[in-house]
Amino acid sequence: MVSNVKDNRPVNLDIGTMRLPITAWASITHRATGVALFVGMAVLLWLLDRSLSGAEGFASVQQCLDSFIAKLIIWGVVSALIYHSLAGIKHLVMDFGVGETMEGGVLGARIVIAASAVLILIAGAWIW
Amino acid sequence: MVRSVTSFGRSGLSDWLVQRVSGVILLAYFLYIGAALIGGVDYLAWREMFASTGMRVFTLLALLSLAAHAWIGMWAVSTDYMTERLMGPKGNVLRIAFQIACSLVIFVYVIWGIQILWG
Repeated sequence: MVSNVKDNRPVNLDIGTMRLPITAWASITHRATGVALFVGMAVLLWLLDRSLSGAEGFASVQQCLDSFIAKLIIWGVVSALIYHSLAGIKHLVMDFGVGETMEGGVLGARIVIAASAVLILIAGAWIW
Repeated sequence: MVRSVTSFGRSGLSDWLVQRVSGVILLAYFLYIGAALIGGVDYLAWREMFASTGMRVFTLLALLSLAAHAWIGMWAVSTDYMTERLMGPKGNVLRIAFQIACSLVIFVYVIWGIQILWG
């Protein structure tokens, strides 16, 4: 049988032309939050460094975290952490063969997004 | 085409396992920190917590897990989007530059963390 597949065949993975299913949004958000956390880790390490530098440093961190902008940044990092964690747990569940079907994937994505939304709101209430 | 020469364990299966083990360690660590913070802490309790050997080892373990986890994650993202197919030849240059920058940041995070814990 002669293969009619050419090596230089065009690739249609122009994501901008596709309507993404919820599973794709869940996956992209997992990646985006991962990148955000990589950057946000600098903020967390800085806070840890300051807070352990002495009583004055700890007080300055507390004072800094009183400002609206600082609370917003912390809420952002915590939100990314919540979503990334839940999406990660979903991966572990799927690694055990649970929810690997199309329906299971869609349901898993919905659960992760819904549970994250709830936890992110609770985290916001806790921060403010 | 992107070759796997810059992957973490030089094998997808090894990267897959490292990503999961490090992820579970990081989840446990952040849950622990979250539980400690949720009731509010004062300076003395906070200092005492990070003065214990167990917590320092746990924090270092989390930092090393972060280093591996972040590298595998940033590698996966960069090899998907910063490619010759999507960006032309400059995609290769950009990807390698991005990966070098990531590894430098990871190195700084680890050294900084050790400095915080034992400095």
